[in-house]
Amino acid sequence: MNLEGLLAQLLAAAVALVGAPLVTGWVNQCRAWLQNRRAPPLLMPFRTLHKLFWKESVVAHDASPVFRITPYLVFGCMLLAALIIPTLSTNLPMATAADAIALVGLFGLARLFISLAAMDIGTSFGTLGARREMLVGFLAEPAFLMVVFTASLISSSTSLATTVSALAHREFTILPSLAFAGIAFTMVSLAENARVPVDNPTTHLELTMIHEALILEYSGRHLALMEWAASLKLFAYSCAGLAIFFPWGIAEANDHVALLWALPALAAKLAIGGFLLALIETTLAKMRIFRVPEFLATAFLLGVLALLVHLLLGA
Amino acid sequence: MTPFTSQVINLFASVLLLIAFAMLAQRRIVTLINLFAVQGLALVGSTVTVAWATGQHHLYWSAGITFVLKVVALPLILHRLIRRLNVKWDIETLINIPTMMLVGIVLVVFAFNLALPISEFSQSIARGTLGIALACVLMSFLMMITRSKAVPQVIGFLAMENGLFFAATSATYGMPMVVELGIALDVLVGMIILGVFMFQIREQFDSLDIHHLEKLKED
Amino acid sequence: MEAFIALLAIPLFGGPFLWLWGDRPSAPEVNAGFSLATFAASAWLTAEVISGGPITAFGEQFFIDALNVFLVALTAFVGFTTSLFSRPYMRIERDKGKMTGPRLRLYHSMYQAFMATMLLALTTNNLGILWVAMEAATLATVLLVSVYRTAASLEAAWKYFILCGVGIAQALFGTILLYFAAERVLGAEGNALLWTHLNLVKADLEPAIMSLAFVFLLVGYGTKIGLVPLHNWLPDAHAEGPTPISAVLSGLLLNVALYSVIRCKVLADGALESRFAGNMMMGFGLLSVVVAAFFLSRQRDVKRMFAYSSIEHMGLVTFAFGMAGPIANFAGLLHMTVHSLVKSAIFFAVGHAAQKAGTQVMEDIRGLVKVSPTVGWGLMIGTLAILGMPPFGVFASEFLILTTAMREHPWATPFLLLALGVAFAAVFSRVQPMVFGDTHMKPLAHQPALVPVFVHLGLGLLLGLYIPPYLAAWYQEAARLLG
Repeated sequence: MNLEGLLAQLLAAAVALVGAPLVTGWVNQCRAWLQNRRAPPLLMPFRTLHKLFWKESVVAHDASPVFRITPYLVFGCMLLAALIIPTLSTNLPMATAADAIALVGLFGLARLFISLAAMDIGTSFGTLGARREMLVGFLAEPAFLMVVFTASLISSSTSLATTVSALAHREFTILPSLAFAGIAFTMVSLAENARVPVDNPTTHLELTMIHEALILEYSGRHLALMEWAASLKLFAYSCAGLAIFFPWGIAEANDHVALLWALPALAAKLAIGGFLLALIETTLAKMRIFRVPEFLATAFLLGVLALLVHLLLGA
Repeated sequence: MTPFTSQVINLFASVLLLIAFAMLAQRRIVTLINLFAVQGLALVGSTVTVAWATGQHHLYWSAGITFVLKVVALPLILHRLIRRLNVKWDIETLINIPTMMLVGIVLVVFAFNLALPISEFSQSIARGTLGIALACVLMSFLMMITRSKAVPQVIGFLAMENGLFFAATSATYGMPMVVELGIALDVLVGMIILGVFMFQIREQFDSLDIHHLEKLKED
Repeated sequence: MEAFIALLAIPLFGGPFLWLWGDRPSAPEVNAGFSLATFAASAWLTAEVISGGPITAFGEQFFIDALNVFLVALTAFVGFTTSLFSRPYMRIERDKGKMTGPRLRLYHSMYQAFMATMLLALTTNNLGILWVAMEAATLATVLLVSVYRTAASLEAAWKYFILCGVGIAQALFGTILLYFAAERVLGAEGNALLWTHLNLVKADLEPAIMSLAFVFLLVGYGTKIGLVPLHNWLPDAHAEGPTPISAVLSGLLLNVALYSVIRCKVLADGALESRFAGNMMMGFGLLSVVVAAFFLSRQRDVKRMFAYSSIEHMGLVTFAFGMAGPIANFAGLLHMTVHSLVKSAIFFAVGHAAQKAGTQVMEDIRGLVKVSPTVGWGLMIGTLAILGMPPFGVFASEFLILTTAMREHPWATPFLLLALGVAFAAVFSRVQPMVFGDTHMKPLAHQPALVPVFVHLGLGLLLGLYIPPYLAAWYQEAARLLG
């Protein structure tokens, strides 16, 4: 591990921690504009986090330690995930520790603990949310893996850093498999990040909510960590998608000039991506929970098709 | 042969495959017809690409026939038919779409394995797509088996013909012109006869549900 | 050459002409006239081929040799006799109200179109056109099967269309593969699908492609032959369509489909140099014989029962061609001929019997001999003939097939014998009370046309007793072509 790598890694961590709430704020802003509402300020998520951190955390009497450690664990998982994804540079020391499959595992671990914590208190909403979360996760994970496998097959490595540099440096070819994988990835991201059409992050409607039901019992700094973790997750997914499907602008090892350019490039890509996400959320209606499996099955199918098309056609 | 043209052909092939899956899961008859038209368009695209890349001029003609027949004429006939039969907004209840999708995936793998040893002999620039073509044929077959309404069954039948046409361009550079004309004529006449036939069925049963057509069985 | 042009042009012109002629009282006679002209052209063509050897036409797009010329003659002949039979038959149907003017118009014009497609399929040298003609034959008959517009006939026609359509799509894939194999040897010229050219280079065709192509072709055309397990459409279409159509479907279309398969088998054999194609045909054939025989005993509808009998016989012929060798091929060709003659005769008789009884259910048809001795005897003799009683032709061909099977594939003989025995018991026990026994049926309004029945049966008898030398030479020549 050289110093440069360490610096790049630290920079990535800082960008993730600061960038994640910004992305969330940006998406909320775009959504408000698209819906003809007055937009909240871009820094609104920071204010919320600040407010929550200074509030008292109330924990139920019969809460077990699982309930208490979950916010830290989930936050840790998400941060780690954001660190192994090449956001700015492919020269990441952490990336050698975990590949794309481990990334899926990290998300899975976080999901497991969130669900355990939600059921820990024993309220009906928590259990309901946990069950729905597991349903979504159980269907989304294989689809996500298929996308990862497709990208890995194209670049012949499961390490994200290698994948991204391989994809960024290939000559221009039409890869239908990557297009299918991209669509599948978008669908999975929507489901995993509790966005419309699978879940609505802004409501507390008990019939439909998934994510909000899970964190209903949290307050104070626990809630702040959970919210931060959620925005980190969105950030991680966005960066993973951008890195695999639009890998241009990410710096290579020992390329200092590129590293300077990487940040504005990332910001621009995230801004466009966030706007598109807001657009999707505004134009689509939320689907009934019973149709979610179908939605995710389609994503899985597209992922498998991507894999098949790559294996069969080499494209 | 430039790699770019074969990439374009691969792109069209994957679009065909995607549409075959979409047809398998589509409940609405109107959308099904539109999907069929798009499939025809992809077919025209790949044929034109092959023709352009190899300078096989008769392929332009067959692309033209495909365009007129499968992108314009047949969808128009089908649209008219469902309007006249008043089934335009019919929605079919499909059971177990995920299972069908899985079967579809198995079919793709099977078709590819079947076509693999053969496509190696092919000199066509689209030879890798022979497996996709066979997969499209098999999936249209699956669609015909699983549908219970007359119009979707017919669309499945026509989609199968699309797959066969694609097989002809991917294995060789299309069939001889006289054969292709004959096939196109058969498809058109078949479609017209089916149209007549559906009116007869509806007149008799007041519905286009094939479940009415299951009386003839061995005791 | 002129004979050949006349052969195709007459029915091709007859279809639209009869459509324009419309529902005039003379339409059945015009139909029969066209069929007679076609038969005359086929006889002329046959004479030409016998005297001058194989001919080709229109830049080798058409090819007539010993193998298909006898099928052409047979097709034209049965087509002609069936058109004679359908004159009174359809008049009676019309009196009963089952047929109307527009339906008769459709029937007559489609009848000619159907004859044209079958003759095209038989004479074309281009395997792609063969496919087109086979599909067109399905299209021409599908509206004839549903012509009564009853629930059952619509269902039968729908099944017929969909199953044969799917089946024939497999054959198209096989044809594409065949073209693919041929193109590597013959180049992308238009003649890579011409059978005569393919036959010359068959040893150079790529075996891997040819084996797969033959599988698809056999499954595809096998659906039209009615081979088990692809036979589901056949009994329904035969039982629910008008009887003349049942007669031509059974007697002619199945033959034409089988002809397509054996043409392809010749190529596959040449390319593969193994018994792969023959073994597949033997497997399908044997399965068809056995399964159809057991289904025979369960039938209540008389036309359905004889449809199963057609499956059985087609299976037997497929088995014979699968065994290959001069004797088996000879027997197969002979069996195709006599089956076609006898089965259509049976359908003629059955048609009138069902009209008299007003039903096709066998239990309600009784004592035909008392009401109409000719129909009764026609049915009885036809049944005995189709069941393989000596001295009819079916006996001769079945005897040859069985002895060849005993010598070369002894394992198959018990199955064949069992199936033939079961079929005999099933059919004879049903037909016997239909022909003899008490009755209360009334005579028909129109004089039934029974000349075709006895002409067919007479020919079937003749072929069992004595095969004219030129016909035998012809069969041997065709059998030699098949290898």
